[in-house]
Amino acid sequence: MNTNGHERVIDVTDLRRVYGGGFEAVRGITFSVGKGELFALLGTNGAGKTSTVELLEGLAAPAGGRVRILGHDPYRERAAVRPRIGVMLQEGGFPAELTVAETIRMWAGCTSGARPVQEALELVGLGRRTGVRVKQLSGGEKRRLDLALALLGRPEVLFLDEPTTGLDAEGRQDTWRLVRELRDQGTTVLLTTHYLEEAEDLADRLAILHEGRIAATGTPAEVTSAQPSRISFELPEGYFPGDLPPLTELGVTGHETAGRTVRLRTHELQRTATGLLVWAERAGVELRRLDVRSASLEEAFLQIAREASGASGAPVDDGEAGLVAVASETMVNKGAAK
Amino acid sequence: MTAVTNGGAATTAGTTTPVGRMAALARAEMTLLGRTKATLFAALFVPLVLPFSLRSTVDQMDLDGTGLSVGSVILPSAIGFSLLFAVYSSLVSVYAARREELVLKRLRTGELRDTEILAGAALPSVAIGLVQSVVLSVACIALLDAGAPRAPHYAVLGLLLGLVMWPALAAVTSSFSKSVEGAQVAAMPLVIVSMIGSGFVPLEVMPDRLASVVELLPLTPVVTLIRGGWAGHLSAYDALGAVATGVAWTVLALFAVRRWFRWEPRR
Repeated sequence: MNTNGHERVIDVTDLRRVYGGGFEAVRGITFSVGKGELFALLGTNGAGKTSTVELLEGLAAPAGGRVRILGHDPYRERAAVRPRIGVMLQEGGFPAELTVAETIRMWAGCTSGARPVQEALELVGLGRRTGVRVKQLSGGEKRRLDLALALLGRPEVLFLDEPTTGLDAEGRQDTWRLVRELRDQGTTVLLTTHYLEEAEDLADRLAILHEGRIAATGTPAEVTSAQPSRISFELPEGYFPGDLPPLTELGVTGHETAGRTVRLRTHELQRTATGLLVWAERAGVELRRLDVRSASLEEAFLQIAREASGASGAPVDDGEAGLVAVASETMVNKGAAK
Repeated sequence: MTAVTNGGAATTAGTTTPVGRMAALARAEMTLLGRTKATLFAALFVPLVLPFSLRSTVDQMDLDGTGLSVGSVILPSAIGFSLLFAVYSSLVSVYAARREELVLKRLRTGELRDTEILAGAALPSVAIGLVQSVVLSVACIALLDAGAPRAPHYAVLGLLLGLVMWPALAAVTSSFSKSVEGAQVAAMPLVIVSMIGSGFVPLEVMPDRLASVVELLPLTPVVTLIRGGWAGHLSAYDALGAVATGVAWTVLALFAVRRWFRWEPRR
């Protein structure tokens, strides 16, 4: 319960959420987020991201397990938690007929230690849109307004549910910069996103949710490092896979061929790529459609989705290291201690 | 976007209070009401115009021996209409609209408590209902010789019960509709039943069996107390019965809100 010692600002243990119809959206997840840390929740649609975040925000009581925000139960001790957190829901929630300034003013009246209206609006780049009705804002502007409300009370903890959905590239960059600045000033941030590069760029640590469970967690590098890098190319005319140099000697951990296309997986990208290119050079052939890519969060993410769709037997045939420490508490705690 | 600062002295407000939070919400709702012309029209004019259009009907009623005058029949109905249209009907729309716009859900992520959200949103409509009741009272005294109330405490009690009961009933009703348009349909049964059952026909001129049924409608105790407060004919026993019915409906409505109010749209 005491946050001062461990600085565990968000502490989630074996959290469960069951909806009215009996659907279990969150099936026992455990993680914690330290002060000033930026934690990203990733997942396919329906993985349980929003269901989880709503429990953390105290919008609903969990069916099981425990949530502590700043040492308090966000559902039962709403009054203690709310003045210290800022929330941005996945979808707005503003009366269409109010202007931007009126919306902020209303929230300021309900927010302890609120920033001045103009300051909040300039923070998110809406300073010139104060007199515009909410219904006339673009999707991106509505997200900015939502962010302004979340930041209004200078929160210690910020929950952002898909903060950049609907923003153009520039708007996304703006939001990222703002979120980074807040994190650097000690704000703890939990965000959900389906832009993987957003998580890779911003997050100190992340968790990939799948079907209500944590399928992988750690720093972006940790989650990615478990994934193989990939090389694909087209075999030249008259060549067969057997004509390639022995693949295991090149560090290849798995391969498949489809028509003339060959796909290789490796954890030693440079060694494999060099061996392959040297072979091609000596044989005097051109590898068409050559594609060499290092492991990415996207890869980890897709791997999880693939395993889900029941295709687990197909490509994962050669003892690749699986995903990082599945839902392992030790991993989570190690991360938190940094 | 500009650089963010989390510290600094430029803080506009300290810790919020329930009154402050509700006031902020009520102010926004008042602005919104002013921009929703149809609702505003229904809320402002129907209760003011409708009762007077009933005057000729009331003139033909046999009021001899009931201790009632034309004014003291019309005034309670007028206040009843105010509760039905300015408070109940418009609040059903307000709650439904805020739910569909996800405003209620968003508000629940802030410092406002649940009751503050519902009460704050209701304040403008309740204020309109209150002002209308005062205006109607003055108008009935001045134009229909309703006279000053003989037992004003009953009238005030009836009005206060109504101003708590009907917003709560509105919140419950709105939970049974999926859209703003649906909300108006959902509000109709209670409005129609109340207009017929508790509206302008005094219990005193109804057949006994019918009277004992409509006595139990939510608007009836409000109208009975206001009418009794004006005419001064209400016995302590009848007054107690009306208060008991009114309190029962209010408690029931508040309980129903706690139990069944929907904060998010059905998906």
